[in-house]
Amino acid sequence: MRRTTRRGIAVLATGVSAALVLAACGGGDDEGGGGSATFNQGNTSIVNPSDSKGGTLRMLRTGDFDSTDPGNMYYATAWNFSRLYARSLLTFKSVGGQGNLEITPDLASGLGQPSADLKTWTYKLRPGVKFSDGTPVTSKDVKYAIARSNYSPEVMEKGPVYFRQYLSNPNKYKGPYKDPNLDNFKGVETPDDQTVVFKLSQPFAEFDYLATIPQTAPVPQAADAGAKGGVNYAKGVVSTGPYKLDSYEPGKSIKLSKNPNWDASDTNRKQLLDNIEVQLGVAPDEVDNRQMDGSAEIDVAGNGVNAAARSKLLSDPELKKNADNPNSGFLWYTAISRQVEPFTNKDCRIAVQYAVDKTGYQNAYGGTTGGDIASTVMPPSLKAHQKFDLYPNNNGKGDPVKAKEHLAKCGKPNGFTTNISYRTERPKEKAAAESIKASLEKVGIKVNIKNYPEDGYTGGVVGDPKFVQKNQLGLMIYGWAADFPSGFGFLQQITDPGALKGTGSSNISHIDLPDIAKKFQDVVQLKDEAERNKVYQEIDKAVMEDASIIPMLYAKNLYYRNPKMTNVFINYGYSGMIDYANLGLAK
Amino acid sequence: MTAPIETTGSEAQAQPEAVLAGIERKAIQGRSLGQIAWLRLKRDKVAMGGGILVVLLILMAIVGPFLVGDPNQPHNDLIDPMLSRPKTGFMHSGMSADHWLGVDLPAGRDMLSRIVNGAKYSLLISFLATMLAVVLGVVFGVIAGYFGGWVDTLIARTMDIFLAFPLLLFAIALVGVFPNSAFGLEGNGLRVAFLIFVIGFFSWPYIGRIIRGQTLSLREREFVDAARSMGARAPYILFRELLPNLWAPILVYATLMIPTNIIFEASLSFLGVGIIPPTPSWGGMLNEAKEVYEIAPHFMFFPGMAIFITVLAFNLFGDGLRDALDPRSSR
Repeated sequence: MRRTTRRGIAVLATGVSAALVLAACGGGDDEGGGGSATFNQGNTSIVNPSDSKGGTLRMLRTGDFDSTDPGNMYYATAWNFSRLYARSLLTFKSVGGQGNLEITPDLASGLGQPSADLKTWTYKLRPGVKFSDGTPVTSKDVKYAIARSNYSPEVMEKGPVYFRQYLSNPNKYKGPYKDPNLDNFKGVETPDDQTVVFKLSQPFAEFDYLATIPQTAPVPQAADAGAKGGVNYAKGVVSTGPYKLDSYEPGKSIKLSKNPNWDASDTNRKQLLDNIEVQLGVAPDEVDNRQMDGSAEIDVAGNGVNAAARSKLLSDPELKKNADNPNSGFLWYTAISRQVEPFTNKDCRIAVQYAVDKTGYQNAYGGTTGGDIASTVMPPSLKAHQKFDLYPNNNGKGDPVKAKEHLAKCGKPNGFTTNISYRTERPKEKAAAESIKASLEKVGIKVNIKNYPEDGYTGGVVGDPKFVQKNQLGLMIYGWAADFPSGFGFLQQITDPGALKGTGSSNISHIDLPDIAKKFQDVVQLKDEAERNKVYQEIDKAVMEDASIIPMLYAKNLYYRNPKMTNVFINYGYSGMIDYANLGLAK
Repeated sequence: MTAPIETTGSEAQAQPEAVLAGIERKAIQGRSLGQIAWLRLKRDKVAMGGGILVVLLILMAIVGPFLVGDPNQPHNDLIDPMLSRPKTGFMHSGMSADHWLGVDLPAGRDMLSRIVNGAKYSLLISFLATMLAVVLGVVFGVIAGYFGGWVDTLIARTMDIFLAFPLLLFAIALVGVFPNSAFGLEGNGLRVAFLIFVIGFFSWPYIGRIIRGQTLSLREREFVDAARSMGARAPYILFRELLPNLWAPILVYATLMIPTNIIFEASLSFLGVGIIPPTPSWGGMLNEAKEVYEIAPHFMFFPGMAIFITVLAFNLFGDGLRDALDPRSSR
């Protein structure tokens, strides 16, 4: 599985009010303009609520989507975008603020019904939902979507494979492209046209999170055949959302228009626009400038603006009131390898925890609007987050005295030499590595900086224990966001000893404590969310006591909220970016 | 034996001017070619200006690092935490009495110190790479030019191949597969050695071609024939007869090659395959600055100016030197 995808979840830490619930129809304020808008308003509420119809929304993007095929995508921006034309079984609630972390039924009429042992999950489809060509959606289309996206890695290589990991597969089903007879796929059962039953091989209390993944959006088997099928289905996705995909030219453009067969009882989306046009392959600074000069409305990549636009937005109050700076759900951190000398000794790890200057790291990532200084593994955006700080060091500035105490305890009073790795393509990580080097050298720890290509960094560099030992990578710069917004989604891959495999593991600190492994095995059998969150907090504390992860920043992005757009809010279900499924344009 | 031969050569070269000088011949009697060249160079104000700048730059690279502060010392307190640019100074550059050229982003390191320390590596690498290229170029150029035949063909074609190499791409690929330690060197020391090797090894054909051409014309001269008829062997002719007459083009082209190599080193650092960070280099600073040039233009301006001035100084001096040593080329 992939690591630093742009997936993740965040709840506003500094949220003033509780979520404002969106009135589904009518009663909205039809005024556009954003004259009364304020900075960060989109973090907690829906800005410019309106039912005003018409217009073409112009979206821009520097690169391209990993795919427009809901079964073959992994980036949060693609998952967010896919909701315009694809309905998954469940989704995140379309309300402003923290409330949109709540899972709500979408194609299904209710949340999953688990069996007592949490190994069988049943979903009932909403009646009357049709594809854009007018044919009704049935449970078989959902089963087919799961089969193609998770069991055909040779074709669908981009998305996650959680369903393959959790569903039972007694007769080793090889995917519909090799075996078109879906009866051989036993992981999903369809007793009737409205019922989907998932059969798991192990109990998993958080299965509803998996049902929010666009891979559960129905795909008619007939539309995914021949030359138009497989990877080419991305160009001919059959829509269930308010818009349908008219064309997709990779690297150039995506065009959407109204879907006449959309089920208007869908409360998670709005169908206000006539058309949506996405221009791909636009230069980064041009993307920022065009949002502000009126020749386009929104950057669909969802990573926020670049340095120049950031400075412009923040120093002009008229622009700043139309900006949002939400948490992205990412944690920027530095992993300490428990395998590399002298970090096998816990006190040497603690010494580094005290010595690092996190404010330098913060400047590297764009200052206070780039992230808040972190002290826990779980970011405040997760419901499970609990604030604590085991190694307070002058508000992140570093505490050389404490660091030296622990250096003495670990038998290296005069320090030692180690290496730090970062990804070549990421200038922010380079600046972060330089900052760590400077702060550690104050206590006598000499650091050599090493860079590796982004491609294969997790697979063959920091995720390969042999490589880490051979190259003595004591410190590794890394970032992480959850694929789904729970403590499990965030913590499991990076801290569970069970996630350690030969190579390619994101548990790059090499945490192998049996106590933590046990907690992960038990927590997925707890039905109650509050109980699970307590366990996640225990795991977070245990990892910090082990001192093998140095949390640096709870990442934040800075977005320009175009005053022409209506129904704008930050959706924490999708890495804290602007929700695309409800946008309209003011008259 | 060197002196008489040199005289022979220099008289041969100085002849046209000596004829022109005519009656004044007596006044300049006893001056060697070097003295004449030096007189000409002194009269060339532009070249002398370039020369003085070159000397100052070399002095800065040698002495400077001891006078300025630690180039890697961050000053986070000078950076505005919200706008992530220096808080104070002209155009938010962070310029102050402590930081004459401001500070960089995002760490707030002293710009002057980084530029001065960057000069050390820039000049060291380009000088040593040029030396390597000159040694290789002269040896192969003289051998090719003097022996001719299949030796010449082999060397000349090899030079063509080297000149056709997509050097920048090759250098980037090579850095990727380069080990972390080799030849008893590690880290930056190894990287410096590597850069010297890559730059020097791939630029020798430029000077090699020129030396080959010069040798081709020299070997037909009477003094070479004379030496040969007296039974001198090839090594003697190469090192005692030909080389002393090649020092002028060698000096000129070495001087002109240094700025090219400075730019080459800066390009490699800009592309992230130069000196290992945080050790400062001009190309590396430009690379860091390109992320933020709109909010911190000074960050791009100063290292850019450093490269500009250095390259210009070497070029002006090199051009003047060529004019002084080889007056036929321009006057």
